[in-house]
Amino acid sequence: MPVESLFPALEPLLARVTKPIQYVGGELNSTVKDWDEVDVRWALMYPDAYEVGVPNQGTMILYEVLNERPDVLAERTYAVWPDLEALMREHRVPQFTVDAHRPVGAFDVLGLSFSTELGYTNMLTALDLAGIPMHAADRTIEDPIVLAGGHAAFNPEPIATFIDAAVVGDGEQAVLMISDIIKAWKGEGRPGGRDELLMRLARTGGVYVPAFYDVDYLPDGRIQRVAPNRSGVPWRVSKHTVMDLDEWPYPKAPLVPLAETVHERVSVEIFRGCTRGCRFCQAGMITRPVRERSITGIGEMIEKGLAATGFEEVGLLSLSSADHSEIGDLAKGLADRYEGTNTGLSLPSTRVDAFNIDLANELSRGGRRSGLTFAPEGGSERLRRVINKMVSEDDLIRTVAAAYSNGWRQVKLYFMCGLPTETDEDVLQIAEMAAHVIAKGREVSGSNDIRCTVSIGGFVPKPHTPFQWAAQLGAAETDARLAKLRDAIRTDKKYGRAIGFRYHDGKPGIVEGLLSRGDRRVGRVIEAVWRDGGRFDGWGEHFSYDRWMNAADQALADLPVDVAWYTTREREFSEVLPWDHLDSGLDKDWLWEDWQDALADVEVEDCRWTPCFDCGVCPQLGTEIQVGPTGKTLLPVTVLGAPAQRLLAT
Amino acid sequence: MARTPDGPPPPPAVQKLRLRYAKRGRLRFSSHRDFQRALERALRRSAVPMAYSAGFTPHPKVSYANAAPTGTASEAEYVELSVVSRVDPQALRAALDSSLPPGLDVLEVVEAPPGALADLLEASDWEIVLPGVRPDELTAALQALLARDEVTVERLMKTGVRRFDARGPIVLAEVVDPRAEPGRARSEAGCAAQALSGDCAILRAVVRHTTPAVRPDDVLTALRVVADLVPPSPPQVTRLAQGPLGAAGAVADPLAVAGPVGGA
Repeated sequence: MPVESLFPALEPLLARVTKPIQYVGGELNSTVKDWDEVDVRWALMYPDAYEVGVPNQGTMILYEVLNERPDVLAERTYAVWPDLEALMREHRVPQFTVDAHRPVGAFDVLGLSFSTELGYTNMLTALDLAGIPMHAADRTIEDPIVLAGGHAAFNPEPIATFIDAAVVGDGEQAVLMISDIIKAWKGEGRPGGRDELLMRLARTGGVYVPAFYDVDYLPDGRIQRVAPNRSGVPWRVSKHTVMDLDEWPYPKAPLVPLAETVHERVSVEIFRGCTRGCRFCQAGMITRPVRERSITGIGEMIEKGLAATGFEEVGLLSLSSADHSEIGDLAKGLADRYEGTNTGLSLPSTRVDAFNIDLANELSRGGRRSGLTFAPEGGSERLRRVINKMVSEDDLIRTVAAAYSNGWRQVKLYFMCGLPTETDEDVLQIAEMAAHVIAKGREVSGSNDIRCTVSIGGFVPKPHTPFQWAAQLGAAETDARLAKLRDAIRTDKKYGRAIGFRYHDGKPGIVEGLLSRGDRRVGRVIEAVWRDGGRFDGWGEHFSYDRWMNAADQALADLPVDVAWYTTREREFSEVLPWDHLDSGLDKDWLWEDWQDALADVEVEDCRWTPCFDCGVCPQLGTEIQVGPTGKTLLPVTVLGAPAQRLLAT
Repeated sequence: MARTPDGPPPPPAVQKLRLRYAKRGRLRFSSHRDFQRALERALRRSAVPMAYSAGFTPHPKVSYANAAPTGTASEAEYVELSVVSRVDPQALRAALDSSLPPGLDVLEVVEAPPGALADLLEASDWEIVLPGVRPDELTAALQALLARDEVTVERLMKTGVRRFDARGPIVLAEVVDPRAEPGRARSEAGCAAQALSGDCAILRAVVRHTTPAVRPDDVLTALRVVADLVPPSPPQVTRLAQGPLGAAGAVADPLAVAGPVGGA
């Protein structure tokens, strides 16, 4: 059956909304396929505004991987702003994809990538606009399978009533496997309906179907057990891990939108995973083991990505980019290749102890020198042992001294407030650290034109980390501690004026905490917030703490749990956690030992350069660390070659 | 004290080129900044030997002039760019046009003569298609507007609400009845669909460029002020031309002053 484009209905509305270009599609390197030429059709949603969603690497990778398959098509859809949402409701225009403006409800799968839990209400808007029943139980064979992925999907329980399935871990191979299953089921004439399809997915052991599990609760509100409610469904669902990143060089041709977006660059993931073992860091825990892309593979992706996009910046992404085993050769090779082309190179996540000034100088050789950003995370040496982020103040001072004496004038430092065992004193040491940074900067540069910006936000304990049992600091306590730090910086007469202070108040963190460690009962809160108008919770101007708290009070009134129970309550080892049946590979006993070590200020090393410390991931999932060095180097490429010659006047 | 990057200054510009491009169809929803980014990336993809500014964040030397508002189509947008090696205008036009998305179409490239491009852009010729408006009611409203010496309109700008005269800069204006003169609509939208199914009128207006600029929506606001004309659905606006203002109110081609070089 042909699916008509919604664009003629949408077009008259676009004259009346802000930034209409974001709804038009036609991005460079986007793909539109014939609807009837393929067997399986995916609508991929990044549940935030277009400007945030387009640069998302995960979505972009899956979009390309799926569209490379001749029997599959994938289109993208994003959260529409409230101005267009109102017009779409008024004129009955359903949620559409930006590629061919097809109705989302007509696809086989609606795949949502959740980098953060704050996109949950936007998912409900999209389902509602698409005409897809909000609760999975109400959907029919004509509705898409609503599938969640991304880091937040490692605890999909709060959205369990809204999604049909969730996939944890790397998506590249998982989406192809799911496409095969859907294709076969459709080819057989959709036997057994929706239930049979979900059963086929669940049986793989790598797709979680919440409806196939029952959750029982204890009288005090804790979970008694989570168990499959039919045979053939695994007790635990495993995460997916892609090995050998060089075989997955995506995105090959990044999307280039006309509209302005938050990141406008060729981003190349130089490795995936991190074993530094920072205890607060969910990404580091759930993406293990470390898998490096080779220096030559990176070079090729950058060369092709720049040619395909015309971007003038390259981002070398990972969780800790300076830790790549060949980062020095890579930076030098790239600086040589792109010298004189006004191509900027950036290393967005850099540890103080892995950074060196030669690297920074190489990266800024292209003519663009961005500021330096480091994340000590904790203000005191003791607290950094608790969180296992062992960067010493000496490391930091040595690094910034080198930076300031090489011409940098601005350093940004990122911290968290509310870490386990933290006291006011730990946080106040941030002010002292910033003062030391300024003092050193003035000393080595001989200039007073030195800035240090302190940026701090509330810590949210996350599932699948050693801090999953920890009590979150309340919003009021977080704000009080931040106020003390602000006052300490302001009253520093000698250095205070050179220190910028940026902070996020504690309230959004409590909502994030509720959604991060919530269970299925939290779904009621999400739905109540959405019905009350909650949208774009990641945006300060749209977020309403009161709306969330009121909705939680009402939705949880008949239960022995409340927001504090989910957030500021410390858990015991014996408690069944809502995400225990989702297997990230991490051994729960190891996580608990690591939590106990944290409380005793004991650090743990990185297994890349010490023996294995049994976190469980590699044996559990049959994976291994893949690191270089490869010993290869980047050869020069002709950047301005044949195309330029064609243009020249003869 | 201002700091400057180490190393030699960027190579000097040896040639300036002027481009005319069109903003058509869906891409009329692109803003001026959207076009800037698209153009600068297209320049890099097609390896145009751009001249760059000096400083810590070098920018390609591109001068933009008087862009049409977001949502407005145009057949006559202009930019000027500087290059460090002489390029063939025809080859540049073809390379850029194929590198930009369909709907941002490079129509003409010529080598720039001395003088500022912006100075040549004295007036614009607008075509405003008004679905749901009868030609006779538009004619009456336009006569009321032209009979006045001054019509003050308000527009919300970044600095707040501004009040200015929208009548004075209107040099010429006329109503086209698309059913009576089917060949007169110049923009692609025209009144094609509306002409079959309902009322539609087209307003053609030559408006002198002033500060603040009187835009097509200001002209429509003026029609509402003098004659209470409120179009029932969004107007479709196209800039047909902009350039030097001739004696009889005609808008001339600003690239024609470049002499015989280039053109497409």
